[in-house]
Amino acid sequence: MSLQGWGRYRNYDSEVLECLLPQSVGAMVPSRAGLIARGNGRSYGDAAVGELATLICGGLSRMKAFDAGNGILTVEGGTLLSDILRAFIPRGYFPPVVPGTKFVTVGGMIASDVHGKNHHRVGGFGDHVTQFKLVVASGELVTCSRTENPELFYATIGGMGLTGVIVEASFEMKPIETGWILQKTTVAQDLAGALKVLQATDELTYSVAWIDCLAGGKSMGRSLVFTGEHATREQVSARMPQAEFFPAAREPKLGLPFDFPAWMLNGVSVSAFNEMYFRAGARKAGSPSLVHWNPYFFPLDGIHRWNRLYGRRGFLQHQCVVPEGNALAVLGEMLERFVRSGKGSFLAVLKKLGRGGGLISFPTSGYTLALDLPATTDVFPLLEEIDKIVVQAGGRLYLAKDARQSRHTFEAGYPQLSAFRELRRVTGADRRFRSHLSTRLGI
Amino acid sequence: MNRTGKTLLLIGATSDIGRATGLVYAMAGWDVQLAGRNLEAVHREADDIGTRSGASVSVHQLDILNTSRFEDFCDTLPKLPDTVVCVVGQLGEQRRAERELDHATEVLRTNFEGPALLLGLFAERFAKRGFGTIIGISSVAGDRGRGSNYVYGAAKAGLSAFLSGLRNRLASAGVRVLTVKPGFVRTRMTAAMKLPPLLTAEPAQVADAIFSASETKKQREVIYVRGLWWPIMLAIRSIPEPIFKRLRL
Repeated sequence: MSLQGWGRYRNYDSEVLECLLPQSVGAMVPSRAGLIARGNGRSYGDAAVGELATLICGGLSRMKAFDAGNGILTVEGGTLLSDILRAFIPRGYFPPVVPGTKFVTVGGMIASDVHGKNHHRVGGFGDHVTQFKLVVASGELVTCSRTENPELFYATIGGMGLTGVIVEASFEMKPIETGWILQKTTVAQDLAGALKVLQATDELTYSVAWIDCLAGGKSMGRSLVFTGEHATREQVSARMPQAEFFPAAREPKLGLPFDFPAWMLNGVSVSAFNEMYFRAGARKAGSPSLVHWNPYFFPLDGIHRWNRLYGRRGFLQHQCVVPEGNALAVLGEMLERFVRSGKGSFLAVLKKLGRGGGLISFPTSGYTLALDLPATTDVFPLLEEIDKIVVQAGGRLYLAKDARQSRHTFEAGYPQLSAFRELRRVTGADRRFRSHLSTRLGI
Repeated sequence: MNRTGKTLLLIGATSDIGRATGLVYAMAGWDVQLAGRNLEAVHREADDIGTRSGASVSVHQLDILNTSRFEDFCDTLPKLPDTVVCVVGQLGEQRRAERELDHATEVLRTNFEGPALLLGLFAERFAKRGFGTIIGISSVAGDRGRGSNYVYGAAKAGLSAFLSGLRNRLASAGVRVLTVKPGFVRTRMTAAMKLPPLLTAEPAQVADAIFSASETKKQREVIYVRGLWWPIMLAIRSIPEPIFKRLRL
């Protein structure tokens, strides 16, 4: 069968297998080679497509237990984050870390060690996982935690499914008083300003910047920095006396039923959007306002199948992280290239990251810049140039977003790669678990 | 979350519709009793529903073909439920049922005999108590026998008639009886079939329809989950037999 990543830039051929019971995974794994687990298919490139076969894990969707005493939730690996939010927000609990979409599985969140707007404070999702059960190459079910099989534990966090299949996981939920976020918008007129605001808001729980990567000259890097805190009941009552403390998720009303024509997203239309968005944000800046948890954390989930926006050719997402030291110069150079190319998108995000969790987790101390680009032929050489800047700066690219980086870029960015490869070899995972991504990058 | 103190008994807990229905009631504050044949699989659903909702969920073994155990099953439940929903069903294979007596027997017993006898026992107990709701999942296939699935259809027709009779008999005894006809539902049972979107419901929609017919909008007692099925089945029922018998349906 033909499978794609969320970016839809390429079709990959892979046999599709479905598992409906956690206990059946152990029997499916040992008879296969070139297999990878797939959750909800939200990684952008080729990470969740097996070289030969792909194990669809959406059927492993049952929750197992919740301990209100310590907030630890245990679920099967294919459980959707959206289900967790729906069940637990009304009871006053929120996941420790959420990525930019709620349509991901817990297994996928561990395998990508996803980060959220609070990474600078609390680390990635993997930092909050207390334990998981992994079906390894032999088919054996192995319990992993910081004390039990720790090597496998740290290799699996951010390990892109290349150590085994996560069939069950436990992690800490955090108590919240309401489902509202008290958001504040700060305007930064250029890149230096944006980095300064992100630095200054380091103490706040959530912070992220939308960056205009088409604005050049003196406005290059102009941004809206959004910070947020979980609102208390008092704050909600004072501002919106009629509001429910725990509002439910509204299902998407907007959808893209077809591919957008490719010409609709171009330099002019995106520039116009960016200008409007920046001005609208600037008008609201200053005074804090209450935002519903769903649009705050998952703005794009409001548009069903938004990945069709880039048309049939699909799109690439480029997300790098560069060390804090010379971030201003490095990010400035990158932005200049994007501006000059006119290829920048309206979905560009700048964020400060804290230290990393797993052996080959993406997050590491520094600043991360992420943007979408249409998968046109002239974008590839541009990204090659950008990658050179990343490598020179000692940075790396996010594997869950990647569909195209070179082996050289990858190897330069992940210093613990040899230890990861060795663990794969020793456990037999190197032959058993292979995705198109791992083959392309020689992991 | 506010608990209501009410209890649902769900028979056929490991089916997609059963699972969704149990969750809707649990999220609305009900306690849930789950019954099914494979106890390990029922436990998995019970943990899921309990974790998602915080409801108290109990697990009970029941084989819908083992009718001799039914009275014992009813009497050993920790509490006589306020509402019982039976979602047990087996589509079977029509061609096989035409040739193999065993298969036809299984389809008839699973879809009619088992559910009818079991719900009949609860009807007795509910009538004696003076209140309760009985909900059976029947099928549009039971509205008129068609060449492509009449063994299954006949069993569902039997169940519809049984429920209709119960409703008629218990109307004055404070017991409500609902017949739910889901139409096509996207489940594991129909995973390989290509289904028309307007006539096809998700398991969660069936569950919502059951809960709302039972608890919130109480006007209807025979429910087509997708409204479009009602005029379609009305049309199919009104085709004169001499014409109907020549149609390929």
